Amino acid sequence: MKFLSICAALVCAVALTSTAQAQQGPLKITIEEGIIQPLPFAVPNFQAETGEAGQLAADLSRVIAADLQGTGVFREIPSSAFIAQYSDFNAAISYPDWKAINAQALVTGAVSVSGNNVNVKFRVYDVVSGTTLGEGLQFSGTTDGWRRMAHKVADEVYSRITGEGGYFDSRVVYVSETGPKNDRKKRLAVMDYDGANVRYLTDSSAIVLAPRFSPTGDRVLYTSYESGFPRIYVLDIGSVQRRVLQSGEGTMSFAPRFSPSGQTVVFSISQGGNTDIYSMDINSGQSVRLTNTPAIETAPSYSPDGSQIVFESDRSGSPQLYIMSASGGEARRISFGEGRYGTPVWSPRGDLVAFTKQNSGRFHIGVMRTDGSEERLLTASFLDEGPTWAPNGRVIMFTRETQGAGGASSLYSVDITGRVLKQVQTQEGGSDPSWSPLQQ
Amino acid sequence: MKFLPMAVLVAAVALSACTNPNRFGDDANGSGNPAIGQPLNGIVPGSANDPTSVAYFNQAVGDRVLFLIDQSALTDVGRATLDGQATWLMTNNDYQAVIEGHADEQGTREYNLALGARRANAAREYLVSKGVPAARLRVVSYGKERPIEICSNEACYAKNRRAVTVLAGGQTS
Repeated sequence: MKFLSICAALVCAVALTSTAQAQQGPLKITIEEGIIQPLPFAVPNFQAETGEAGQLAADLSRVIAADLQGTGVFREIPSSAFIAQYSDFNAAISYPDWKAINAQALVTGAVSVSGNNVNVKFRVYDVVSGTTLGEGLQFSGTTDGWRRMAHKVADEVYSRITGEGGYFDSRVVYVSETGPKNDRKKRLAVMDYDGANVRYLTDSSAIVLAPRFSPTGDRVLYTSYESGFPRIYVLDIGSVQRRVLQSGEGTMSFAPRFSPSGQTVVFSISQGGNTDIYSMDINSGQSVRLTNTPAIETAPSYSPDGSQIVFESDRSGSPQLYIMSASGGEARRISFGEGRYGTPVWSPRGDLVAFTKQNSGRFHIGVMRTDGSEERLLTASFLDEGPTWAPNGRVIMFTRETQGAGGASSLYSVDITGRVLKQVQTQEGGSDPSWSPLQQ
Repeated sequence: MKFLPMAVLVAAVALSACTNPNRFGDDANGSGNPAIGQPLNGIVPGSANDPTSVAYFNQAVGDRVLFLIDQSALTDVGRATLDGQATWLMTNNDYQAVIEGHADEQGTREYNLALGARRANAAREYLVSKGVPAARLRVVSYGKERPIEICSNEACYAKNRRAVTVLAGGQTS
């Protein structure tokens, strides 16, 4: 079974064309405007097709439901309200029973287990029009990767109903924090987007800051004080091997980010008290200076096509957002509202820039179009900062720190309408999240 | 008194970063690692009464200067402290120093790193202008990562916006 072992590593999908009607129903929810009435859905526990699949079938169903519920776009109808009892993936759907409990979408599935291999099939139904929504699909993988399979199913359901790309089968690298403010211990960690499967990537012997995923999700750039001075390292997530990116004697380097190609790193160097932006070819180590002013220039982020860089600079007297060519040169200011702007991050869709805004003693996460128009603040607190985009460009994760002597950091997410704000569960405190692309 | 090669000094700085809980100057009595010695004329070498000691530098001379909100310009008080530091450093030639720049928690992590670098550099440039050899002074910014006061109001912020001159080398290393 060579084919299966390859699939097991990658989680592969096969369309179930035999019984599904490939018909587009009218079920559709648009995220852009903000969800006022979440769409009610039901996910009865998937059918266990083999004896040992029972627990997995239940667990998969719960993760799928949690993914959908967590978006704020959907509202789960609890199984206690069900009239129809679901037990057979291939049996006809009793639409009136699901309509009666106001379910608009129904997700059914079946799970079989053979040794370490899992096969998951599912279908999405538009209850109101009484049709399937898209084709049935099946995923195969290994038992220890079952959560990824659940996320893939949920991504597919989410995409079919919203028309947006999914984001559940993704990871977040972040700084895990313990200890008081004046002796904070920090180490890098990676987890699934929902907080599951945490793995620590460094120890906490040196301060580590602001990890950033590579475009392929296999490497991380971050800043560490392990030499006694802030320097940028690149770490392979699989092997946890790391190496320093040299930036010159007597300098400090920080705020790195990959280019969309993964070949170039853009970052800040502080030298002689002045902070400017540089780019570096990650293989040759050749670097190019992109800004050259006495102002602070930092927090650079590439546009998705790699042609431009958005960054923050206090050249006007206070920190504001600017866009320049990826090769440097003239920059145009895009932020003009009251207050101070920082940490701009270009959306993976290219349409928006997320940022941190500080105004009148409060911090906000906000978004604006890339020409600076339509600024929208999504959050407000004592200290919110460091946004990172979900792979579909519709959700933002960030750091929230509480005030006072007992202040602590945790991760939050908010959708781009600002309506769905929630804390991301982590084992310890968390800061500086960076969202991976969708996994392959 | 031998002048220590740079590699040894860097190692000493790194070591103290790991072992000295007062690394970021959160204890006004932070005294480095005083040498054990016999009192001479009533002065314990390495103690705050010994004008060549780290403890003396930290306490009597003053190891830090403070900054106004979002500023890296030295204040009059700061310049006076640095005048004392410069005099001391030129008298005690076997010491090198790392000047640590810090910011309060109002501001993003990246901006505060850059701001801390500006502050540390302002202190360094002043010391150099007063005659301390530039080669003896390095800078590092901790941004808002290492506050010494943990409340979230100006009383604490004012103490966190600082540049601290941390000595390395000399008779105590």
